Amino acid sequence: MAHDTENLAIFRGLLKFKSNVQKIWGVLIFLSIVTTVEVILGIVKPESLMGMFLGMKTLNWIFIILTIVKAYYIAWDFMHIRDEKGGLKGSIVLPLVVLIPYLCFILLLEADYIFEVMRTGFVSWNF
Amino acid sequence: MEVTANNTIDETNVWGGGNKPLKASYGKLMMWFFIVSDALTFTGFLVAYGFSRFKNIDSWPIADEVFTHFPFLHGVDAPMYYVALMTFVLIFSSVTMVLAVDAGHHMNKAKVTFYMLLTIIGGAIFVGSQAWEWKNFIKGEYGALETKGGQILQFMDAETGKRVALEAFASNIDSPRDTHQDSNGIWFIGESSLPSYSLEEVAAGFVANESLVVKSEKIDETGHKIILSREESLLKIKEAVNVVEGANLVHNEYGNRLFADFFFFITGFHGFHVLSGVVINIIIFFNVIMGTYEKRGHYEMVEKVGLYWHFVDLVWVFVFTFFYLV
Repeated sequence: MAHDTENLAIFRGLLKFKSNVQKIWGVLIFLSIVTTVEVILGIVKPESLMGMFLGMKTLNWIFIILTIVKAYYIAWDFMHIRDEKGGLKGSIVLPLVVLIPYLCFILLLEADYIFEVMRTGFVSWNF
Repeated sequence: MEVTANNTIDETNVWGGGNKPLKASYGKLMMWFFIVSDALTFTGFLVAYGFSRFKNIDSWPIADEVFTHFPFLHGVDAPMYYVALMTFVLIFSSVTMVLAVDAGHHMNKAKVTFYMLLTIIGGAIFVGSQAWEWKNFIKGEYGALETKGGQILQFMDAETGKRVALEAFASNIDSPRDTHQDSNGIWFIGESSLPSYSLEEVAAGFVANESLVVKSEKIDETGHKIILSREESLLKIKEAVNVVEGANLVHNEYGNRLFADFFFFITGFHGFHVLSGVVINIIIFFNVIMGTYEKRGHYEMVEKVGLYWHFVDLVWVFVFTFFYLV
C-alpha cells in the first residue's frame, strides 16, 4: 500500500481527516469512547437492558454489537483493510464472516439443547 | 487473429511472477493468511467457551464476582476496572504501532524507532497485567467447598450480604492429616499441597457461626446467585467433600471448573500471542535501529509485524467482551 492512496474518511465519509496520523488519533478516540461506554454499561447494568431478546439479555447484545464495531475499525483503519483492493478485502473478511456465525450458531444451539436435556431429564446433576 | 503487442507484454508479466495482483506483497499476503487462520483458531476456543456456558447457563460464574481486584486497592470490590485498563493499554499500543507504520511510509527512522519502543512497552505492560490477573485468579480470595458432583458452595454472611472467607470462620481442630507424598503409601498417588483448612474445620466453623449461609452455583431469573437459607445450608454442607482455595485446572472456587479451564486456556493462548508479538517487535525494533530497512528502502517489515500486533489487539477485544462483559 502506497501512502498516497490512503482513504482518510471514516463513518462513510462523514468524518474526513487531513492526514493519516490524524485519522489514527481519531480512530483511537472513537475506540476509547466505545470501550468506556462498554465498561460503564458493565458496571451500572441498567435495569431496562436486562430483558431477554433472542435468548440473551439485551445488554449482552449491545456488548457484542459494540465489540464488532470496534473490531471493524481496528481491522479497517489500523490494519489498513480500507486501503486494500476489493479482492483482498473479500478474501480476508468473507471466510470469517461466513464461518464464524455458522460455528456460533450450531454450537450454541447444541449447547442450549443439552442444557434443556439436563434440566428436564431424570438425572440429578447437583449432588 | 490480432494480438496487440501490449497484451503480449501483460501476459508475460502475469505469468512470469514478480507482480502483485492484489497490490500487496508476498509477505503481507502470507501474514494475512496466518491471521485469518489464527482468527478461526480463536473462534474455535471462544465458541467452545460459549458452548460450555450455554450448556451450564443456570450455574455459570458471574465475571463481576470473580475478577474484583485492582492493584493497591486491597479489599475494595472493583470489578472490570483492571481489565478495562488493560484494554486501553493494548489499544494504545496498537495506536503507537500504526503510527510507527505511518512513520515508516515516510522513511522517518527516528519516529519509527520511538513508536516501536512505545509499542513494546505497552505490550510488556499488558503481559505483566495478565500475569497479575492470573496470580489473583489462582490464589483465590474466599475459598469454598466442593460437593461430590463438583458443585461449589461459597459462604456469605446473611446479615451483611457479603462473602466470607474460610479463614474468618473455620475453627481450629487439631488434625493429624499431613500432605500425602507419593513416597508414602501407594506410590503413584500424591498431592501438591493441602488447603489451609480441613473439611471438618470448615464444617464445624460453619455450624458454630449462626449468621453464615451458603451461596450456591445456581442463578435465578434475575441473574443473581441463589443464596440458601440457614437450614438448607446446614444440610448442603454435609454433602461437601473438598475444600477449594483458588483455582487450577481441576478445582475452581469461583464455580464451574470449566470456567477456570477456559480462562487459563484462552487468556493464556492470547497472552502467549502478546508475548511472541513483543519478542517479534523487539527484533524489528533492533533492525530499525541498525538501519536494515533504511538500506532496504522500505519499512514493510514494520507493517507486517504491525498487522500481527493489531490482530492480537483485535482478539483481546473479543476476549474482553466474552470473559468480562457478557
